[in-house]
Amino acid sequence: MKHDKIERNLGILAILTMLAISAGGMVEIVPLFFIKETVEKVEGVRPYTPLELRGRDIYIREGCYLCHSQMIRPFRDEALRYGHYSLAAESKYDHPFQWGSKRTGPDLARVGNKYSNEWQTQHLIAPRSLVPQSVMPNYPWLIKNALDYSDIQKRMLALRTTGVPYSNSQAEYERNVTEFGADVAKQLHIPDAEKNLIGQEQLNNYDGKADQVTEMDALVSYLQVLGTMVDFKKYADDEFVKYR
Amino acid sequence: MSQDNNTNTTNTTGHVWDNDLQELDNPLPRWWIWGFYITFVFTIVYWLFYPAWPIGDNYTKGVPGLNSITYTATQPNGEQVEKTTHWNMRSKFMVEMNELQEAQKKWFDKVAAMPFEDVQKDAELMQFVNSVGKTMFTDNCAPCHQQGAQGKIGFSPNLADDHWQYGGTYQNIEETIVAGRNGYMPPFKEVLQDEQITQLANYVLEMSGEPHDAEASKAGAALFRSETAACYYCHGENAQGKIQMGSANLTDKIWLWADIPGSKTDAAKLAEVKRVITGGLNRGVMPAWSGRLSPAQIKLLTVYVHDSLGGGK
Repeated sequence: MKHDKIERNLGILAILTMLAISAGGMVEIVPLFFIKETVEKVEGVRPYTPLELRGRDIYIREGCYLCHSQMIRPFRDEALRYGHYSLAAESKYDHPFQWGSKRTGPDLARVGNKYSNEWQTQHLIAPRSLVPQSVMPNYPWLIKNALDYSDIQKRMLALRTTGVPYSNSQAEYERNVTEFGADVAKQLHIPDAEKNLIGQEQLNNYDGKADQVTEMDALVSYLQVLGTMVDFKKYADDEFVKYR
Repeated sequence: MSQDNNTNTTNTTGHVWDNDLQELDNPLPRWWIWGFYITFVFTIVYWLFYPAWPIGDNYTKGVPGLNSITYTATQPNGEQVEKTTHWNMRSKFMVEMNELQEAQKKWFDKVAAMPFEDVQKDAELMQFVNSVGKTMFTDNCAPCHQQGAQGKIGFSPNLADDHWQYGGTYQNIEETIVAGRNGYMPPFKEVLQDEQITQLANYVLEMSGEPHDAEASKAGAALFRSETAACYYCHGENAQGKIQMGSANLTDKIWLWADIPGSKTDAAKLAEVKRVITGGLNRGVMPAWSGRLSPAQIKLLTVYVHDSLGGGK
């Protein structure tokens, strides 16, 4: 039999296996980069502000994604509980995206503005003080730790190399003004990152501690923006069907 | 090892272990091979019915009309349009939602058309309100107001009693759910001396029937209505609060921000009230739900909070 030759020759078997897998990958993954409808055309999605970005980093550091997904699937039960299904466009600036694959806790894709800042802060310090049946661990150090934002510019530069439109020059800044409007564009300007980060914290004081930028401020600012960028009321309820 | 086990064998790999252990090399069973070929046929049928092959910046969507989905879409202006598309998860989802809306429409329309007061007179309708309302309450309200709507001292008000900071009529409750609320009381640490704050705290405790220093309370009562502290601006001449601004009724035994029921000693109670007057409050934020729930859902939830939780007034 001919396959004897393949099965008895380890080198050939390895090469052919890799070819077969790559063909599968080419057909399934590569077209997504070219098919125009993969990422929906929708208004409002913007990169994270410096404070939100640090919050996202803390979200990753604490392993929130291990128990919380950020991906509402197009099923009735999920829509009733969490809201509109997630769009690819909503995580186009997420590197890495935080879709997750495990829901020990609820999905967080649209948790933004659902609860008050005070609720989020208290709930992160001691979840069971508000939700008695919760199995979430306590994260009391977030409000004690001052936020280290000394490397915020480097973090934004790193994301910029992956295609997130943070601006590092006047020309890039003006491009952002055209695309996102002046208010957002200012937040995306790398040279002003520290100033913007402190400014957002002082304006909102997410954790209720006025004198310090804490890790809690950053994380709550991130949670409060999740899923809020797109105003779905502007669209028909089947607007995003045509992208599939 | 007996040779009997190998009697049907035509081929072995030629490897021998332990002098008599051999590895068989028979062809795959015929049923397996045919099963394998059938999967090829299955994929071809699949391509005809479902989106499959990527081509350039587009993809095949199955043979038109063979497996299409028809659903009803709602435009932002409320207009309904029937649409037909090739099979995909999102149009399938639209059908699911259409079916749900169809099943609930009768009840939601009934609630929407009725004045608030009449809903609870319809026992069958109230079953729907209780069932849907409980789910909505658990998901949206219970994280702050707790599962039994009992609230939490120092965090969120009780919705099951007859006291309503922002008013307990149907209209008040609906307004609260739609637009949310922001609690605020200015801090008095810069305005008043510590002694004056102690006097006010004693007065507040006296009004609620708690242990207090009568003399200090008397001075507090005067201070309450003076222009120095001006407490009466928000809490009213009679200290019963004003629902327009959500200021607390200080004459009842209900506490939200100062934890009096949890304070064991008289000194601790005084300290709790002083803490609130000194630092003020920039809390009690309730988010707006108009973006998350539809007007019909909010009306139903209003009825649920007012009539089913037993908190109406």
